[in-house]
Amino acid sequence: MISPIKVTKRDNVPRKQTAFILTLSIVLALVFSGIVLLFFELNPLKVFGTIVTGALGTPMRIEQTLIKAIPLTIASLGILVAFKMKFWNIGGEGQIMMGALCASYVALNYGHLPPNVLLPLMAVASVAGGGIWALIPAIFKAKLGTNETIFTLMMNYIIIKIVMYLQYGPWKDPASKGFPKIPGFSENAILPEVFGVHIGWIFMILLTIAIFLFMGYTKKGYEITVVGESIGTARYAGMNVPAIIMVAMFISGGLLGFVGFVQASAIEKTLTWGLSANYGFTAIITSWLARLNAITTLFVCLAFALLLQGASYIQLSMNVPSSIADVVQGVILFFVLGSDFFLRYRVQWVGLKNAAEARVYHD
Amino acid sequence: MAAEQDSVNVTPAIEMRGISKAFGSVVANNDINLTVLPGEIHALLGENGAGKSTLMNMLSGIYRPDSGSVFVQGEEVHFASPKESIAKGIGMIHQHFKLVDVMTARDNINLGSGEGFFLSNKKLDHRIRELSDRYGLDVNPGKKVYEMSVGEKQTLEILKVLYRGARILIMDEPTAVLTPQEIDRLFAIVRNMKNEGCAIIIITHKLGEVMEISDRITVLRKGESIGTLETMKTDAATLIEMMVGRRVDLSIRRETFKHEEPLLKLDGVTVIDKDKKAALDLVGFDLFPGEILGIAGVAGSGQKELCETIAGLQHAEKGRIFFEGSNILGKSPRDIIRLGIRMGFIPEDRLGMGLVGSMDIVHNIILKEYQSQRGIVLHRGPSAEKARRIVERLDILTPSIYTPVARLSGGNIQKVLLGREIDSSPKVLITAYPVRGLDIGASYRIYDLLNEQKELGVGIIFVGEDLDVLLGLCDRILVLSCGRITGMLNARLTTKEEIGYLMAGGQGAAS
Repeated sequence: MISPIKVTKRDNVPRKQTAFILTLSIVLALVFSGIVLLFFELNPLKVFGTIVTGALGTPMRIEQTLIKAIPLTIASLGILVAFKMKFWNIGGEGQIMMGALCASYVALNYGHLPPNVLLPLMAVASVAGGGIWALIPAIFKAKLGTNETIFTLMMNYIIIKIVMYLQYGPWKDPASKGFPKIPGFSENAILPEVFGVHIGWIFMILLTIAIFLFMGYTKKGYEITVVGESIGTARYAGMNVPAIIMVAMFISGGLLGFVGFVQASAIEKTLTWGLSANYGFTAIITSWLARLNAITTLFVCLAFALLLQGASYIQLSMNVPSSIADVVQGVILFFVLGSDFFLRYRVQWVGLKNAAEARVYHD
Repeated sequence: MAAEQDSVNVTPAIEMRGISKAFGSVVANNDINLTVLPGEIHALLGENGAGKSTLMNMLSGIYRPDSGSVFVQGEEVHFASPKESIAKGIGMIHQHFKLVDVMTARDNINLGSGEGFFLSNKKLDHRIRELSDRYGLDVNPGKKVYEMSVGEKQTLEILKVLYRGARILIMDEPTAVLTPQEIDRLFAIVRNMKNEGCAIIIITHKLGEVMEISDRITVLRKGESIGTLETMKTDAATLIEMMVGRRVDLSIRRETFKHEEPLLKLDGVTVIDKDKKAALDLVGFDLFPGEILGIAGVAGSGQKELCETIAGLQHAEKGRIFFEGSNILGKSPRDIIRLGIRMGFIPEDRLGMGLVGSMDIVHNIILKEYQSQRGIVLHRGPSAEKARRIVERLDILTPSIYTPVARLSGGNIQKVLLGREIDSSPKVLITAYPVRGLDIGASYRIYDLLNEQKELGVGIIFVGEDLDVLLGLCDRILVLSCGRITGMLNARLTTKEEIGYLMAGGQGAAS
C-alpha cells in the first residue's frame, strides 16, 4: 500500500513537545466525548465537571477514588515486573483471584487468631498463592518455551471458575438461607484504617518505592531487564535465564496475589468470584502508559482511579446509563493511548508525490 | 540529448545526472553522476554509508531522487515504483534473497511476473531452459528453494530478473555469501550477460573482486561521486584512497608466535543441532598463546557452534575442551565467569548477544561485572569508571557513556564490545566476524587491537569471511566444511585457492 503519510521512529522527544501532545490528546478526548454526550442530549461540561467532583468532591468520594487506586497500583506494579522482562502476563485477574482465595482460606479457618498474626498470615498466603499461580506458566515458558500470553489468560478462567464453584458449593455460607455467598470474614481478618482509608494505601506507596528500587538498583532487577531486552545476551553474560523468568514471575504474581488479599480483606470482607473487578486487565493499560516505570505507575493509577470513580458517580447522580460512562472512559483512554504512538513515532504528510518512499520506512 | 549521444558512440544503458537525495537532515546522495554502458560491468565502490544503496534504490524505483535526472537507454524516466523500473528492463538482485523457500524455482520465477496464474509448466520450463542456455545458468525448475545451496539460490535470483526481461542488472554485494568456487561461477555468468549486451552494476566493497570482474569503477564517498575509472588503468591503493579519502596502510602487522603449551585444546568436540545433524563433527585443535587462529568456511559451516561451545553457550554431545589443562566442556558461561577463566567472546550478533542495544555503555559493561559483585545491590560506580577508560582507550565516538549503544555507529558498537572483553585481560579471545559491517578504517583499528592482544600473549580465534584478511592477519587457518575440519593451514604459505578447495569440502593438505 502506498500512503502519503510517512512514519518514522524517534528517540528523543523534547519535554515541551511531550506535554503538548499529551494535553492535546486530552483536549481532543474531551471534545470527542463531548460530541457523543450531545447526541444523548447531555451537557458535556456538566458531565465532565461531575466526573471531577464525583471523584474529589467530598472526603468520602476521595476515599472511594483512593480505594480504587490501591488495587490498581499494586496490580500495575506486578504487571510491570513481568512486562519489563517482555513476559506478557495477562493472567493478573487469575493471580488476584488465587491470592484472594488463599487469604480467604486462612481468614475463614483461622479467624480466631489475633489480627497481628492473622493478617500477616493472610498476606503471606496470598503472595504465595498468586506467585505460584504465575509460576506455573513461567515454568512452562522457561523449560518448554510455551507462549505465556495464551497460557496466563487461560489460567484466569480456571481460578475464577474454581472460586465460583466454592461460592456455590463447599464454601457456601450455611447461614445465608440458600443465597450463594461465602461467609464474611471475622473482625480480626479485616485490614485496619489509617486516616479514614484502609491501610492498603500505605502498602501502595511502600510497594511503589520498593519496586522502583528493585528494578533500577538491584542485580535481580538488572537481570530481569536484560532478559527482557535480549535472552541471547543474558545467556552470554552467564545469567540463569529460566531461574530469572521464574523469580520475576513469582514476584509479579505475588504482587497481584497481594491485591487479592487487600480486596478480600478490606473491601469485600469475604471471597466473591467477581472480586478482581478487572484490575488485572486494567493494570496492563496503566503499567504500559507509565512506560513500565514504578513511580510513574503510581500517578497514572491515581489519575485512572479518578476516572473510574468519576464515571461511576455520573451514573448515579446524573442518571446516565453505565454504557455512556463507559463510552466517555473509552474515548479518553483511546486518545491518551493513541498519543503514545505520536510520542514514539514522527508522522509527516509527504504527499502522494513522494509516497513510494514511505513504504520503505515501514519495512 | 542528441549532443550527448553523439559524444558517446553508444547510448548509455543508464545515465544518472546530478542525483541528490536527503533523508531528513542526512544527505545520502549529493550531486552524483553515473553512466553505465551496455555490455559493461560497472562496479560501484564505497564504504558503508557512502550512498551506494540509496543510489541503486533510486534506480530500481524504491526511492525518488530529490533532484537530478535518470535516463534509461537514452530516455528520461521518473520511476514511482519498482514495477515501473522493472518494466524498463532494470532488475535488482538484493543481498538478502527474495525467494519463497517452500516453492520451486519455477514457482518463484512465475510469482509476481504478472503473467497468468495458470501458465503451463511446460511453457515456463521451456522459457527457463532457453534463458539458462543463453546465459549459462544451471537451474532445476522443479527444485524447492529450501533444498538449494546459496549459489543456486543466487542463480535463481538472476534467472528471475532475466525472465522478466531485465537488460540492466544491479547486484548488491553478490559475493558476500559465496565460496571462492561459487564466486568464479557467478563471474562466468556475469561475463556471459555482458557478452549478451546486458549492463551490470555490482555494488561491493571487496577490492580484489572489483579488479577481477569490472570494466569501469565509480567510487562514492560520503554521498558524493569521487570519480569513474577504467579498471585496467588503476590499482587497489588508488581505489582505497578514493574510498577512504586518505592513504591507508593496507599491510596488516603480523608477529610470529612460539609454540608453547597450548592455551586451549579441543578434542573430538561434537555438537548435534536441532535437525539431529552434526553441526560440529569431532573437531579438535590447539590454540597457542600469542597466536591468531583463523577459522575459514562457508557461512553456516559450524563457526557459530564452535565459538558458542567454547564459550559454554552450546551443549556439546561429546568431546573435551581444555583451558590451560582443565576440561571446561559442559560448564555454563556462569561457571566460566565464576571459575575465573579469563576468556573473552565477541559473538557474531553483537546486539542480539554480547550487548544490550537499548542500554548505555555503563550498563553493558556491568553485564560482565555484576556476577562478581557482592550482595543484591547493583554497583554502577566501578563500571562507569571502566566505561570511561574504555571509551578513552579505544577512541569510541559517543556523546557520553550514558548513551544507548544501539545509537552508536557499527564500528563504535564493536569497540564497546571488544573494549569490554579485552579490559578483563583475557587469555583466550574468541572473535566471530569482528569486522563485519565495519568500514575500512574501523576494520584496521580492530586488527590493530587484536594484534596488541596477540603481543600480550593472548590466544585469539578469528572467525572471518574475507580470505584476504584471514591470510594477512592470522598465523594458522583452520578450515571448516559442514562441521568438519577439512584443513589446518599455515597462513603464510597457503593460498586462497587452497582454502576455497577445503571450504567446499575437499580433503587433504592438512598440516
